[in-house]
Amino acid sequence: MLARRTLSRIMLLAALAGCSASSGGPTAAARDAAAAPVPSATPIADAAPDAEAVARAHHALDRLGFGARPGEAERVAREGVDAWIARQMQPATLPDAQLEEALRALPSLSMSMKELITAYPKPKPMPAKPDGAAEGDDAKGRKPAAPAAPSKAKKAKARPGELDMDRIEKPGVPAAKEDAGKKPRQILADLSAQKVMRAVQSERQLQEVLVDFWFNHFNVFARKSQQTLYTLGDYERTAIRPNVFGKFRDLLGATAQHPAMLFYLDNYRSAAEQGATAGAGAGKKPAKAKARGLNENYGRELLELHTVGVDGGYSQDDVRQAARALTGWTVNEPAADPAFVFRPAMHDTGAKTVLGTALDRGGKGDGEQLLDLLARRPETARFVARKLAQRFVSDAPPQPLVDRLAETFTRTDGDLRAVYTALFASPEMWAPEARTAKTRKPFELAASALRATGASYDGSPQLVGRIERLGEPLYRCQPPTGYKDTADAWVSTGALVSRINFGIDLAAGKIQGVKMDTRPLAGSASLDDSEALVDALSAALLHRAPSAGTRATILAALKKDDAVDYQEPSPTQLPQAVGLLLGSPEFQKR
Amino acid sequence: MSTMNLSRRSFLGLSALGVASLGGVGLAFAKPPAAGAGKRKVLCVIFQRGAVDGLSMVVPWADKAYYAARPSIAIGAPGSGKDAAIKLDERFGLHPALDGLMPHWSSGKLALVHAVGSPLATRSHFDAQDYVESGTPGVKSTEDGFLNRALEAAGEREQSPVRAIGLSPNLPRILSGGAAAVAFASIQEFRVAGGKGTAPSTARSFEEMYASAVDEALRTTAASTFDAVQRISSIKPGSYPEQNGAKYPGSPLGKRLRQMSQLIQADAGVEVLVTDCGGWDTHAAQGSAKGQLATRLRDLGDSVGAFATDLKDRLDDVCVVTVTEFGRTVKENGTGGTDHGHGSVMMVLGGKTRGRKVHARWKGLAEGELFEGRDLAVTTDHRAVFGEVLRGHLGVQDLAGVFPGFSAAERLGIYG
Repeated sequence: MLARRTLSRIMLLAALAGCSASSGGPTAAARDAAAAPVPSATPIADAAPDAEAVARAHHALDRLGFGARPGEAERVAREGVDAWIARQMQPATLPDAQLEEALRALPSLSMSMKELITAYPKPKPMPAKPDGAAEGDDAKGRKPAAPAAPSKAKKAKARPGELDMDRIEKPGVPAAKEDAGKKPRQILADLSAQKVMRAVQSERQLQEVLVDFWFNHFNVFARKSQQTLYTLGDYERTAIRPNVFGKFRDLLGATAQHPAMLFYLDNYRSAAEQGATAGAGAGKKPAKAKARGLNENYGRELLELHTVGVDGGYSQDDVRQAARALTGWTVNEPAADPAFVFRPAMHDTGAKTVLGTALDRGGKGDGEQLLDLLARRPETARFVARKLAQRFVSDAPPQPLVDRLAETFTRTDGDLRAVYTALFASPEMWAPEARTAKTRKPFELAASALRATGASYDGSPQLVGRIERLGEPLYRCQPPTGYKDTADAWVSTGALVSRINFGIDLAAGKIQGVKMDTRPLAGSASLDDSEALVDALSAALLHRAPSAGTRATILAALKKDDAVDYQEPSPTQLPQAVGLLLGSPEFQKR
Repeated sequence: MSTMNLSRRSFLGLSALGVASLGGVGLAFAKPPAAGAGKRKVLCVIFQRGAVDGLSMVVPWADKAYYAARPSIAIGAPGSGKDAAIKLDERFGLHPALDGLMPHWSSGKLALVHAVGSPLATRSHFDAQDYVESGTPGVKSTEDGFLNRALEAAGEREQSPVRAIGLSPNLPRILSGGAAAVAFASIQEFRVAGGKGTAPSTARSFEEMYASAVDEALRTTAASTFDAVQRISSIKPGSYPEQNGAKYPGSPLGKRLRQMSQLIQADAGVEVLVTDCGGWDTHAAQGSAKGQLATRLRDLGDSVGAFATDLKDRLDDVCVVTVTEFGRTVKENGTGGTDHGHGSVMMVLGGKTRGRKVHARWKGLAEGELFEGRDLAVTTDHRAVFGEVLRGHLGVQDLAGVFPGFSAAERLGIYG
């Protein structure tokens, strides 16, 4: 049976290798593997994979995914790491029925933006305006300068900056059975739950890692306004997810035209300045004249964070001209059925030059030309290459690697799949110094802890809350920078205590919605034999021998507990040992 | 750091920690600060991340150019109605949502600094925040934060694992460096889980594991963590209820300032406290006397006001400084907001602050006076303000190491 499965995987690999050879695909990875001093396991049925092959599989699962589930590294090693990578690069070919079934319990995930607005209305519906919100809502989703009713003003005073969806709601069907329970914050609860569920359960691990990476690159803050909340899920689903294996320009374009980004960085309001020449129809709508003019927010972050980077050599004038090129890129029916629209009447038709290039296609074409220009700048190639290398290799990735990836990016006109292929085939990725070099971000820590222990997660909000306490509230990174991907941002005293407590509570079954059976992790080790127990658990959770200190500490903890309180091994011993291992320094790394 | 040292410290400290984590037989920490040893000076820094509009916080009401530039978001001149600015002097007024600060202004505890900022023109939040925190504008390679360098320069009065605390899940850059600095989101959460089902030695086990961690960052962080946990876990926040009728807002900032007050009153050994508050990036519909920005200012003013009221006499030893990365455009933009600008405002409160004064080298908002033709020009470097507070309050004599390459041209007379 095993043989048959392995065989069919080899055939699948062969097929994949054939079809993606043009992009340099897995063949390059295979070449690297062949050249490596210790070859990965040949896929001969039932042969026990050697230690280096398993270690390599663990590294792959830790970097291209959220860590190994029990037994998974051995399976990947048998299949061959390169074959596994090749399959991960083709996520559509990986069946994921179990996850899809689980996600169906969260109906808000599949709703359109329009449906969400209807199904999860604002708590206090305001008198609807036909073309609403455009001039009414402020960035906190409230009416700003309008003289608010006293009671409302008081409420805003009590909880400034916090929207109704601040508290975490149980995902899926709202607590109250009736429709009144369908509050907008439910949307964020469902979205957060699905992110964790996908990371823990999905077979398409690389896809989930990349969705996390690119969402963070093109970050949108869920709580900027009701509008970002209603559009955020669709943003991830339709702008990010389908494009993570595609061309950078397509990804950039999809984010630039999505209502979530247009709302988040205010471009939907940005219009030709008064005095500038605007397109046909300008000035016909005096009702909107109140707030009409340029907003630099998106133009700046597009340069600084999405493309050329803060050191990309642009000036304040470039920022302004970029913003002018994007005037008129706005949202139709923002409060009811948000959709991208280009409005010529808002567009600045004057001459613009960004980074020395004149933008002269006219109308919507000005913005498209700007994105074309930025997507192809060498600074963008370097910026993206470095960020990817930092995610997959190390906090300070070797410059030659970054240069090669940037070269691939430029040569393939921003073909992200080709860049990943080059990255995964690089010797730097597999170098000894890259192994366990990365510190797990809170989200990665939580997902990998559940995977390593084979725990199940039902989407309950407590786990999402714990990730927030670890310092990474999901979908709620306020600044457009996104979360940092380096250890210095995540290793500090408070965070360390939270990490330790997370491991302890998780193993003790104190995090609602997570079910974990610790006994299978010990394998055949007897509960009476502390040494065997610790070794088995370490192998299962850390995938390597623990440091002498960690091993001795856990042994001591088990023995002490044993001697003081119990004749028989304590029923809490196993969870305690698992908790100590999940909180250990070793488990913080990937 | 020697292993020897570490293990001795562990040995001494941990029985107390273990017991505390079991639910608190009230063992004091190993080395309590001597009673009556003199009040420790404490510096509190609040970082307004996102670049606050200083021209709304402290309104230049006498400047006609201000009203011309901001037809829909200006704050009315004092006396112009109920939403008007609160008069501070003949040039400036306070945003009405900051009225919670007025008692402290009137009692001379609060000073405001206008047209303050960084000498660099960057309008990137990320870079500008980084430069404020590193204290070396334009030098990205600086690894530590200037407040940490200041602690090193000040010298250690008595050993404390919590000389510097960031009230945030992760350590802010401004505090990172060689001097002991820790971060936690709340006092209550800063302890190792214990209770039923886990051995009392859980915390000790972790300390031992991390003492031998291969990863250096984890190992050194852990060393300071467990000492700090031990010190902090002896604090019972409930023992320090608000005093003098202080009412903290229920906001995250209000809660954090309340905790800062508790840490100060508990004499936990803290010298520098840092927290931040966001939401200042008002590109659209920022509002005027009411609205988005006013809501944020209400939170800030009420929180800081309550903090000062709560501490009352203790405020003689406590100085609060607010800072932001840059200001916002003088002209409102096309969407009822303001874009990234240059000069902004800092507040200095408590200690020997020369209060009841707006300190400003004010050039005005006339077109020719603006930075790059659009922003409030910076006439006071934020490092000059911090420098004066560090010297006058924490006794840092040598500022050259704190702000390399910078020395204030003259004394500002804001502090001391």
